[in-house]
Amino acid sequence: MAEKKTIRFIITRQDNPNSAPYKEEFDIPYRPNLNVIAALMEIRRNPVTADGKKTTPVAWEMNCLEEVCGACSMVINGKPRQSCSAIVDQLEQPIRLEPMKTFPVVRDLIVDRSRMFDALKKVKAWIPIDGSYDLGPGPRMPEVKRQWAYELAKCMTCGCCLEACPNVNDRSGFIGPAPLSQVRLFNAHPTGAMHKAERLQTIMGDGGLANCGNSQNCVQVCPKGIPLTTSIAALNRDTTIQSFKNFFGSDKV
Amino acid sequence: MAANREFFNRKLHSLLGVIPVGAFLFVHLTVNFQATKGEDAYNKASEFMGNLPYLLFLEIFLIFLPLLFHAIYGIYVAFTAKNNVTQYSWFRNWMFLLQRLTGIITLVYVAWHVWNTTIQAKFFNAEVNFDMMANIVDNPVTLGLYIVGIVSAVFHLANGLWSFCVSWGLTITPKSQRVFTWITMAIFVALSYVGVTAILAFA
Repeated sequence: MAEKKTIRFIITRQDNPNSAPYKEEFDIPYRPNLNVIAALMEIRRNPVTADGKKTTPVAWEMNCLEEVCGACSMVINGKPRQSCSAIVDQLEQPIRLEPMKTFPVVRDLIVDRSRMFDALKKVKAWIPIDGSYDLGPGPRMPEVKRQWAYELAKCMTCGCCLEACPNVNDRSGFIGPAPLSQVRLFNAHPTGAMHKAERLQTIMGDGGLANCGNSQNCVQVCPKGIPLTTSIAALNRDTTIQSFKNFFGSDKV
Repeated sequence: MAANREFFNRKLHSLLGVIPVGAFLFVHLTVNFQATKGEDAYNKASEFMGNLPYLLFLEIFLIFLPLLFHAIYGIYVAFTAKNNVTQYSWFRNWMFLLQRLTGIITLVYVAWHVWNTTIQAKFFNAEVNFDMMANIVDNPVTLGLYIVGIVSAVFHLANGLWSFCVSWGLTITPKSQRVFTWITMAIFVALSYVGVTAILAFA
């Protein structure tokens, strides 16, 4: 009888935010076109380790299953990415799954990405259009610029760039590449540009843009191919000019 | 503005690394290079530097204070990073690590180098000339350490120029950054040649 083909997973687990992480290995039956999420579902169905020990199901997050929400991000074979678009056939085995440890681990592969959403609030990554009266239509945006801006708008706040950045860690307050690139996006919008100086001032504060050390890991790991390092360099120019305006004096906005 | 201190410090750190510290290193290595033309040429060049007017002012404000700020803030910057080249072994990430590593090596080297040249001259009446250097690099160990120190300093300057251009928003596009990688690495090779041949001339 032909032996049934299996896939070996080595998963870094953690029972609660304060407990120590540990590794467990699982063998799951091979099917063509498996993705990592389907494999995790298989483990959930039958939570037995490779050496036959019954264990708790591995916890992870998922939502869209088409690489647009960012919820299922984890470190797969050493690189942060989405587990929905990680196809088993394309991965080296055994497949190692770890949580993105730059963020606080909630349980197993689930992390708390609150700091990213806080950062988006901090830099005002939106376009304020509300008033106490009808403000009327905003200025138009040229189509070429809209297409260009769309590339930056693909950010799903997944956290891969923060995970890979050597300067985002518990020793530094760096907010990381994703929210910075959003500053460039919203400053490029004709209505968003009305708050350009305010956003620049924010990222010139502590933990802001100047913490970037140009390792450029962010742009390598970004699953959406967002030109994060180009955004950072462009913001470096914008904030340099803003700082000259602030010091030497000119219209500040 | 108090909230802007980090932005200001980082920018100052980046600027001082180029002007005046980087410019000083370039002048220093150029003077050293005179040693390849013989003892007299070097002594004449170092005598010229030693007899510059208001030398103490130049030394304090163009060398020691900027260097101290760059070094101390640089240590802070280096130790706030969590290097991860084993996991992400891309070129720029290696350069990021090397920039921090050569910074620390250069700092230790410069402290040692200042001790056995400037400090000896200013406080122990030693004379700065060809013989002083020849005595220091008399044995292969100190010569080796000097070469490591010089190459580290030059790498740190060359790659620092690259990140200076990014940090001040001069090179934005990936293409311009790539071109500047080549240019700054050419500067690294050229200045390393100048620095190493000069120190070998003393040995």
